[in-house]
Amino acid sequence: MNPDLFKIRKDFPILDQKVNGKPFIYLDNAATSQRPQQVIDRMNEFSHRFNGNIHRATHFMANKTTEAFEESREMVRNYLNAVEPAEIIFTHGTTESINLVAFSFGEAFISKGDEVIVTEMEHHANIVPWQMMCERRGAGLKIVPFGDNGVLDLDQIDTLITDKTRILAVTHVSNTLGTVNPITEIIAKAHLKNVPVLIDGAQAAPHFSIDVQALDCDFYAFSGHKMYGPTGIGVLYGKRKWLDLMPPFLGGGEMIDRVTFSKTTYNEIPYKFEAGTPDYLGAIGLGAAIDYLNRQDKPMIERYERELLLESTLKLKQIDGLKIYGEAPEKAGVISFNIDGIHPFDLGTLLDQMGIAVRTGRLCADPVMDHFGVENMVRASFAFYNTVEEIESLYIALIRLKAMF
Amino acid sequence: MTIDEIQQGIIEDFSAFEDWMDKYSLLIELGNELAPIDPKYKVESNLIRGCQSRVWLHQEFADGKITFEAESDALIVKGLVALLLKIYSNRTPHEILTSEPRFIDEIGLRQHLSPTRSNGLLAMVKQMKLYALAYEKISAKGN
Repeated sequence: MNPDLFKIRKDFPILDQKVNGKPFIYLDNAATSQRPQQVIDRMNEFSHRFNGNIHRATHFMANKTTEAFEESREMVRNYLNAVEPAEIIFTHGTTESINLVAFSFGEAFISKGDEVIVTEMEHHANIVPWQMMCERRGAGLKIVPFGDNGVLDLDQIDTLITDKTRILAVTHVSNTLGTVNPITEIIAKAHLKNVPVLIDGAQAAPHFSIDVQALDCDFYAFSGHKMYGPTGIGVLYGKRKWLDLMPPFLGGGEMIDRVTFSKTTYNEIPYKFEAGTPDYLGAIGLGAAIDYLNRQDKPMIERYERELLLESTLKLKQIDGLKIYGEAPEKAGVISFNIDGIHPFDLGTLLDQMGIAVRTGRLCADPVMDHFGVENMVRASFAFYNTVEEIESLYIALIRLKAMF
Repeated sequence: MTIDEIQQGIIEDFSAFEDWMDKYSLLIELGNELAPIDPKYKVESNLIRGCQSRVWLHQEFADGKITFEAESDALIVKGLVALLLKIYSNRTPHEILTSEPRFIDEIGLRQHLSPTRSNGLLAMVKQMKLYALAYEKISAKGN
């Protein structure tokens, strides 16, 4: 039983158009997803009728937006099954969420000679903030490698963790390899040695149900725009026990309790980490996106997306000279590849002429490129509004384009 | 021929094509035909690294003219590089500084000159102009 694609695609008006004179086929969902009408409408409702800064006034407008904003927070809490809304921090995206933890956790818990562990398959957002913090704090960065099949060498985690390890950061789903990492197992390993874990959930949150209590992760980060919500809004989940002890990241309004020039005290979580006016419109949009997702038959959607990935893998493997990067037994969402003798830029440009949008380049994952010794890749990534026919179109397009070289 | 005359010729060549596939096929052909840059010039200092593709640019200045050699790892970019060399190589600094590569827009490929750090083309054009500016100043000082 498949989702009603006809109905679903009607929810996403942007899909119904021509690009370069061809039917628009959007296969770059790992970069950003499209928004359903329901999210657009909800945000428009507030833009047109209800706008006032949140938490700062007692007037009607302020109450409307504050209520909707905090309602969204509760929806995120529920979506992640977090214990309390205070553990849900609104940020501007996964990148900011990780920067927040790297900075503040670093300030509180990391000293000279300490160690941080990340993996070789991470997106730059889950590498660079840690590098920056390590340099500031005089700490060292260690890397868990992955094999050519895209699977993390889990045994290495045991070897790499020492009594100097302060935190481990790993992606839930790789944006290049598509690997779904066994994070429950990884978290258990780390916790055995008292090492907290941050999960980069940017590529997972759109596709799976996340239960942070069951996972027992210490931090979980994701972005609104990758899960059918607007850009500019993201989430950091953190266990209270850490967040309470971490100093603020950004300073300003809202995150304070009392300001004097001799001393300033800080607000409680989550506000301690929400300085300035947040993207409350974005948060409201994210709430609408979560609401939209909650109304879908999630197991069916998950199954369908797996099917799409399977179908595209089977078709692409039929193409001579095409190499897929990352063939872990458990994959989600993305398929990165190269075709012998054709530069990804050329492929992406020509696919665009045929109305097909894919990602090309280094995919914000230089270490992955280095691992395979390539300069760039092509990446197709799926959402539940993509169809098997679109995959067929991609396949035919690739065959056609091959002939041009 | 002046730069403008060459540009006009390029525009005419491409306007013969209605179909995007033919347009890009010609670009790919031009890219394939472009002589590879001398390997000794494919060095870090000549590399314009883009996220989407890489471009190498080498230049020499003699008898008041700049000659360029360039290459890219992406064929479409290489084709555009070939066309840019056609208009800008073996020119005086003044000629280079006083013209714009308007042909790219006119043949409908403006997006490839986009100011992101993507394919290195815009950076290459800027670099060519910088060389022209430098040589113009050097020449002026010499007088």
